[in-house]
Amino acid sequence: MQDILFYTFAALTLICALLVVANPFSLNPVTSAMFLVLAIVSLAGLFVLLHAFFLAAVQVLVYAGAVMVLFLFVIMLLDLRAEERRKIKLFGAVAGCVCVGAFLFIFLAQLLHSPLGGSLTPTLEGEIVPLGKLLFTRYLLPFEIVSVLLLVGMVGVVLLSKKDLK
Amino acid sequence: MNIGLEHYLVVSVLLFALGLLGVLLRRNLLVIYMSLELMLNAANLALVAFSRFTGRLDGQILVFFVITVAAAEVSVGLALIVALYRKRQTAHVEDLTTMKL
Repeated sequence: MQDILFYTFAALTLICALLVVANPFSLNPVTSAMFLVLAIVSLAGLFVLLHAFFLAAVQVLVYAGAVMVLFLFVIMLLDLRAEERRKIKLFGAVAGCVCVGAFLFIFLAQLLHSPLGGSLTPTLEGEIVPLGKLLFTRYLLPFEIVSVLLLVGMVGVVLLSKKDLK
Repeated sequence: MNIGLEHYLVVSVLLFALGLLGVLLRRNLLVIYMSLELMLNAANLALVAFSRFTGRLDGQILVFFVITVAAAEVSVGLALIVALYRKRQTAHVEDLTTMKL
């Protein structure tokens, strides 16, 4: 059962990610955003399979909720039409594909030769109580710094979106 | 057949490669931004998988911080894109060549 769920969610994530990046039917950014929502939700499914329930909930709330609403809002605000088909520079496209291919080759070869294979059994149960305890004891300082970072981000966004930047 | 760590890592690598492909091939700033989100999510998946299979919670804490920082990054980046669009009326990377030699 777990295996079927894993393969389903993994395939769904990868197909949706592919449709975000290279959708043969539409180059509209709204379509990309919608497929990104689907990819993120199925990734949350993978998180559940890894017993990280809190992170799955946060993933859906923050990414599929807040971040994607922001994306869609900006797309509507900018009134972007479908990316007109410009002449794709062949050199750029080939170089990009070669880059990604090399990256994939290096990582997959490493994975094949690494001694991970089946020796590890899943042990961790990602419960919320130990997670919260760890977050408020050992990781208290990073937690506070992140709150300051969010404040800085908010101030920066307000400043950047003013009409006349000075 | 049991699902092990390497299965999750393969999914993570493929997801990261798709995000990289999007950043390199697409020409719309917003779509490039979405591809960046995909790459962050791939890293998150790898971290959660490592956390599950090594029995330590630190990976999940790191993912928590990554999600927070990514939210801040998206808000600032989108504000920058909006400001840029106001000045130049474009969200297309080929029209933004001021720094090109």
